[in-house]
Amino acid sequence: MSRQSNRGTESKKMSSELFTLTYGALVTQLCKDYENDEDVNKQLDKMGYNIGVRLIEDFLARSNVGRCHDFRETADVIAKVAFKMYLGITPSITNWSPAGDEFSLILENNPLVDFVELPDNHSSLIYSNLLCGVLRGALEMVQMAVEAKFVQDTLKGDSVTEIRMRFIRRIEDNLPAGEE
Amino acid sequence: MADEALFLLLHNEMVSGVYKSAEQGEVENGRCITKLENMGFRVGQGLIERFTKDTARFKDELDIMKFICKDFWTTVFKKQIDNLRTNHQGIYVLQDNKFRLLTQMSAGKQYLEHASKYLAFTCGLIRGGLSNLGIKSIVTAEVSSMLCVKFQVMIQKL
Repeated sequence: MSRQSNRGTESKKMSSELFTLTYGALVTQLCKDYENDEDVNKQLDKMGYNIGVRLIEDFLARSNVGRCHDFRETADVIAKVAFKMYLGITPSITNWSPAGDEFSLILENNPLVDFVELPDNHSSLIYSNLLCGVLRGALEMVQMAVEAKFVQDTLKGDSVTEIRMRFIRRIEDNLPAGEE
Repeated sequence: MADEALFLLLHNEMVSGVYKSAEQGEVENGRCITKLENMGFRVGQGLIERFTKDTARFKDELDIMKFICKDFWTTVFKKQIDNLRTNHQGIYVLQDNKFRLLTQMSAGKQYLEHASKYLAFTCGLIRGGLSNLGIKSIVTAEVSSMLCVKFQVMIQKL
């Protein structure tokens, strides 16, 4: 009953302002609700995670992307397909670690911060932390445990926004006993 | 450019986030609705400013309401309001027969009581938009059957 019968293929792009402003209102509200910035960061990450675990389904259904064979391929799909699809930007991938388990996503312009200035008393707020949660949640659903964190942020005066991604391990399926 | 799915999920998280924090602090339902409504209000204010940047000046109140039903609704929810009614004394009823933010929910009566959580943000959105066009209002919403939502706008005369 809850399935939508006709999702249609019409463009689902909507005014990016709606999303940007809604996100802004959410962060503002969280800043009022929690006393310190760390709690807000944590909450944003948690919400992002919840979004990520659901978003991956939408992503796989619509992108026709198959299985990735290594972390480099995953990085490419994240930057060129996922970011493009949902935020309309294509971050560049740089700073691979020699072992190939860490890389950076460089966002030249981050649509989440379009109308944003951080007030002085929120210097430790990681405004776009939701994104890290989304990445972590989405990848967890495809058996990858990763760590994602902001290392540079234009809101804090850096010239670009950088998300550092680290591969932790492959999650093995733990099937309940008695099931194949 | 944000994809619609992302907005829907974010909205869901906002609703559940607000209600979860209320469970811990034991705040009543009304407080949560107010919070969501206020967030919507801010977003509505910002959006309408951008949307009306290049439009002609509105003739009257009805003209503004029509703008909300058509252009504003289309940008936000990808469809127009299905029915607009007014008593010409400051009350408008905007009916959406397939309200986007409820389409993910089961269509039966089972979750009807929870539907109001998912309407508060939009009530704020309308109120915020109107407020920036110089109309002070009170916006409430009711769901009689799933997906079909009536937003009632009561204009507050200054």
